[in-house]
Amino acid sequence: MSVLATASGVPFAVLPALVFTPAVGALIVAILPRRRPELLKLVAVATSAVVGAMAVWLLTAFDTGHGADLQFVSRRDWIPDLGIQWLLAVDGISLFLVVLTGVLFPIALLAVDPGHDDRAYYAWLLLLEAGVMGVFMALDLVIFFLCFEVVLVPMYFLIGRWGHGNRAYAATKFFLYTMAGSAFMLVGILALAFLHADATGGDLTFDLVALAEAQSLETTTARWVFLSFALAFAVKVPIFPLHTWLPDAHTEAPTAGSVILAGVLLKLGTYGFLRFGLYLFPEASHYFAPVFLTLGVVGIVYGAVVATMQRDLKRLVAYSSVAHLGFIVLGTFSLNTEGLEGSLLQMVNHGVSTGALFLLVGMIYERCHTRQIDKLGGLQKPAPILAAVFTVVMLSSIGLPGLNGFVGEFLILVGAFNAHRWWAVAAAGGVILAALYLLWAYQRVFHGPAEGDNASVSDLRLREGLVLAPLLVLIVGMGVYPKPVIERMEPAVDALVAHVEAHVEGFTEPTSRFGADVEAGGDHVGGSDGHSDGHGEDHGDAGEDDH
Amino acid sequence: MLDAVWLVPALPLAGFLVLTFGGRRLREPIAGWLATGCMASSFVATLGVFLALVGRPSDDRRWVTTLFEWVPAGDLRVDAGFLVDPLSVTMCLFITGVGALIHLYSIGYMHGDDGYRRFFAYLNLFAFSMLVLVLGDNLLLTFLGWEGVGACSYLLISFWFTDEANATAGKKAFVTNRIGDWGFMVAIFLTFFTFGSIAYVDVLDTTAAGTVATSTATVIAVMLFVGAIGKSAQFPLYLWLPDAMAGPTPVSALIHAATMVTSGIYLLTRVNPIIADAADWVPTLIAWTGAGTALFAATIAVAQRDIKKVLAYSTISQLGYMFLAVGCGAYVAAVFHMVTHAFFKALLFLGSGSVIHGMNGDQDMAHYGGLRRFMPVTAGTFVVGWLAIAGVPPFAGFWSKDEILAFAWNESPLLWAVGLVTAVLTAFYMTRQVVLTFFGRGRFADPRPAEVEAAWEARLAEVDATVEAAKQTVAAETDNGQPAEGLEAAEQALAAARAEQATLRAAADVRPEPSGFALEAAPDVGPVADALPDEVAVRAEHHPHESPRSMTLPLVVLAALSVVGGLVQLPFSSTTKRLEHWLEPTLFHNEVHLTIGAGTLWILAVVAVLGGVVGIGVAVAAYAARRVDHRLFEQPVLADAWRLDRAVSRFMGGPGRAGFEAVARFDEAVVDGAVDGVATLVRKEAGLLRRFHNGLVRTYAVGIGVGAVGLVAWFLSRSSF
Amino acid sequence: MVVTTSWYLTLAAVLFTMGAVGLLTRRNPLVMFMCVELMLNAVNLTFVSLGADLGDLSGQLAVFFVLVVAAAEVVVGLAIIVAITRRRQGATADDLSVLGG
Repeated sequence: MSVLATASGVPFAVLPALVFTPAVGALIVAILPRRRPELLKLVAVATSAVVGAMAVWLLTAFDTGHGADLQFVSRRDWIPDLGIQWLLAVDGISLFLVVLTGVLFPIALLAVDPGHDDRAYYAWLLLLEAGVMGVFMALDLVIFFLCFEVVLVPMYFLIGRWGHGNRAYAATKFFLYTMAGSAFMLVGILALAFLHADATGGDLTFDLVALAEAQSLETTTARWVFLSFALAFAVKVPIFPLHTWLPDAHTEAPTAGSVILAGVLLKLGTYGFLRFGLYLFPEASHYFAPVFLTLGVVGIVYGAVVATMQRDLKRLVAYSSVAHLGFIVLGTFSLNTEGLEGSLLQMVNHGVSTGALFLLVGMIYERCHTRQIDKLGGLQKPAPILAAVFTVVMLSSIGLPGLNGFVGEFLILVGAFNAHRWWAVAAAGGVILAALYLLWAYQRVFHGPAEGDNASVSDLRLREGLVLAPLLVLIVGMGVYPKPVIERMEPAVDALVAHVEAHVEGFTEPTSRFGADVEAGGDHVGGSDGHSDGHGEDHGDAGEDDH
Repeated sequence: MLDAVWLVPALPLAGFLVLTFGGRRLREPIAGWLATGCMASSFVATLGVFLALVGRPSDDRRWVTTLFEWVPAGDLRVDAGFLVDPLSVTMCLFITGVGALIHLYSIGYMHGDDGYRRFFAYLNLFAFSMLVLVLGDNLLLTFLGWEGVGACSYLLISFWFTDEANATAGKKAFVTNRIGDWGFMVAIFLTFFTFGSIAYVDVLDTTAAGTVATSTATVIAVMLFVGAIGKSAQFPLYLWLPDAMAGPTPVSALIHAATMVTSGIYLLTRVNPIIADAADWVPTLIAWTGAGTALFAATIAVAQRDIKKVLAYSTISQLGYMFLAVGCGAYVAAVFHMVTHAFFKALLFLGSGSVIHGMNGDQDMAHYGGLRRFMPVTAGTFVVGWLAIAGVPPFAGFWSKDEILAFAWNESPLLWAVGLVTAVLTAFYMTRQVVLTFFGRGRFADPRPAEVEAAWEARLAEVDATVEAAKQTVAAETDNGQPAEGLEAAEQALAAARAEQATLRAAADVRPEPSGFALEAAPDVGPVADALPDEVAVRAEHHPHESPRSMTLPLVVLAALSVVGGLVQLPFSSTTKRLEHWLEPTLFHNEVHLTIGAGTLWILAVVAVLGGVVGIGVAVAAYAARRVDHRLFEQPVLADAWRLDRAVSRFMGGPGRAGFEAVARFDEAVVDGAVDGVATLVRKEAGLLRRFHNGLVRTYAVGIGVGAVGLVAWFLSRSSF
Repeated sequence: MVVTTSWYLTLAAVLFTMGAVGLLTRRNPLVMFMCVELMLNAVNLTFVSLGADLGDLSGQLAVFFVLVVAAAEVVVGLAIIVAITRRRQGATADDLSVLGG
């Protein structure tokens, strides 16, 4: 991330468009007549579809060869006296999160109708999209914070007005809890900027790249400032024990709200750790890594155990998110390429599969009017296609190889193992628990005899299938062929790891040490040479190249 | 031709995709034939690959073909590629071959089932996963197949999902497998950490060059072993296999006899250099786990009544033999037994399926007997399978088992003794199964103990009612005041009814206990014969029947294979040990050499055969000739599988569940309670502070006054005069 | 007996105290207002006398400000009081606690 490259051949300022199109769409929806819900939905879906298309276009236009560079930079001075500028860019790290957002929002909008107050609903959702896009692309600390906070308001209203029984409590809790965390981050941002200005004797600036490259804070101060950032992100991720807002928020939110909350909003925290934690404070990240690794492992096991005993299906899925995000935190703080790539990959994977899971739970709720597992049962008989789709998504969540969840999880564990062996061994045990609670839930909901109203549940409708189809394609596709995704991420991740290595004394990326366990014969077996001979002529295809 | 190996897994995958997305037009029997066709063509492709491999010189039989880069991340470069060598091709041959036969069988077996198409889709997906498992050129691809077969196993065990028990069994299988998978994953991590790669070619060659530390190799080997015991149902991760019998019988035959459960042995054989480099206690651990499980499972099989449960525990036991072989360094013997076991166990399972099919779904051997008259082909092929598993020469099972026992003796006489006892037990319980099912008196028309009980209850109630009615009549007649003509008759009737009641009661008191198997004669129902429920008569009408050709043909083929299967590895001379020569390139010279002489080998073989004969003889004595009371062998503790499953279930449902519940409570009360506590604290503080805001102006005025005085005082005290 | 500035200051203090005590003890809103006026004017007296004593004109300037504020306050306050007492006869300050927490 050291070279700011300006993108060439870009016909328009795509990044600001990604942020402002939904905002404009929200305004348009807000002034449309209230009594035409089909029109409102059409405008909203069209807007988010346009944003989605732009995001996908961004994916294709991304220069893979320079994946570590910040591309499509959009820069404009805003408050020069305070060093605040409008600065957006994407690189290998944020690219996929932007695409995930662009893809999930139209799906969430299309899948479910709010039922009442459509206009406000669509407006809030579009505003939410604008905020989220801003967060992922902002490289100025103030813009980042602004968007980070902007995201809270629409979510509060979405939960509070269109949610389920306990929505007021859930919305308030979500808002206050997350805001409390970010209050500390604000202090941290200001501290960082002012201390940097003092130390360098230069102007005040909130430019992320400048601050990160300068590394002008002294160690102890940097650690405190890192903690202030980490607190905000820890609430957002969420990391045990700051996770209790999540089950309530997810359960009481309307289906689209849950999809976006789980699919996208949780990634704000993990992305924050990557971009603002590791990049801005490499030494502090390294220093506190064991803490976060432990909390990650605890989250994995704890989230799974608590999920097992949930009686509400949606709450169970919410706790499963805690467990999955524990993996992502584990990968992030492994501070090596595999771990970081795994956690980035898993951010996208979790968005897709948990988003799909919440959609499915919403469909079940719509049919059976209950989320209580003991009231559901035997649904596979009347709704086999729904059950089949649920099975695929569930297996992805469990981390079955061949589906997307596995690749991310595996990379995380490999990275964690190379860095801190026993944490990885403990975390790997989490896969047993994941199978336990998901299969048990599936059994209670879909297997067994269908009684009463459950026997007349309708199967998957065409519209629902169309909404789920892209997610299913991603689930299978990214499991079988994740290479295009990984190779776009890799340069940026490598650069980040190098950055950490450069700024932390005595730290080198924990990677595999082949030949390290070689018996007395000295050094390792000549590394690559040891692999090549003996099978050079056995290769049918030159696919396997030496690294 | 070798590059076309991708066809082998691709064909079943194509079958799965077509069946899943092909729509409702693919009903039976097209779905079945399509799936079988895919498997059969996969077998043909495997044959092609096999022939191509044979055509190469024996030291050049390792071919890697890479399809695409799967996970290129950092230093980890995992490709999706296939490793064609003698071991993988051998596995593919019997997976596709036996698999195709089982597919063919299923066409008839699953006839009429609602989920016909779904069944064959799952079967094809399973075949794909299993083939990827054995053909994968790196640990991760093998793991993909490994988990894939686990998932398919889950889907197929809980196939008839409307029954809770089936669903639970499927979930149990998946979760138990996952415990083993944890071990496998840790092994992969450590392998990558040590070697920088997880491709077999890299790892095995480097290990074979002897440059890996013993401690590392030990940990990797042990972790892979943990994975293996999960998948191959060894102690203590065997609990899922008997429950897995809830799935349709072809599933039991394919997955839980011939293929999936052998993955563990395949894995250990594949990584034999690592085991060789590991500490000495590792192979010993493997051997003893195998031997112990074999004996343990055999004891349980002795007392089972369900025809499939016997075979399930038998499978666990035979898998134990294979682990024993691996632990003794006899990889060839392990693979040999794997192949022969695939033949005869699949045969036995399919045969049992045929019996179940003919008996309309009844799986309890107490209701069988004399079925050879109705199902000659099934009986004949089943007998062949029985002889094979009992270790009767010249059937295939004898050769493979004997080889294992020889290597066991080579390792430790104690291991051999355990193996021998297990062989005796195997012969015993298999003979028991054959006799109970196909020979002796036909018991399918017998009334069942529950029905007899019901009949007795009914008759006693009837008789009691008659006595009551008679009493009423007498009372009615007497009530008239004067004795009427009917009184005498009524009193006579009452006396007769009372007598009948007494007789019946007396008979009820001395009625015989319902015994396990009514081997001698039908249970004596005595006076209640006409009170038996209707089902008894219905059952007597229905006769067991032979299965259709699509089901008996695979049985015949498998029987033939069970006869001649031993030919690939006859121990007589080096030329007859074809399998050993074939597998040599994959063994990196880690195959242990027997240090015992030919004479000892002959003695061991004779002892083994004698043991088998003893086992058969005792079973015949107990069940056919009825000289020994069979209940001696069928101890309740054995029938209940040493109560271990019960204990585990009790733990999971009791303390286990309570523990999880406690954590959930903790989250709700303590962690969330802290959050809510903060809110409550703030509210309380606000409540306290609110007292100052009582709305009374004068209070505010007082506040102003006090504050003003205070400020002035403070300033005055600070200023110097 | 010469009337010095301290006489004025004392008078102002006495007036201020009377006003303060009155404000705290009386309940009738109008009387409380009168007490407030008393306090304000006591302050005015203090300002003027000290301004004359020190020869500084800003004392008289302050008085102007205070008077303006007092006038404005009286206008608004009396309007509210009149409006309330019209509704409820004999309302005392103790009854007007609606704005309490």
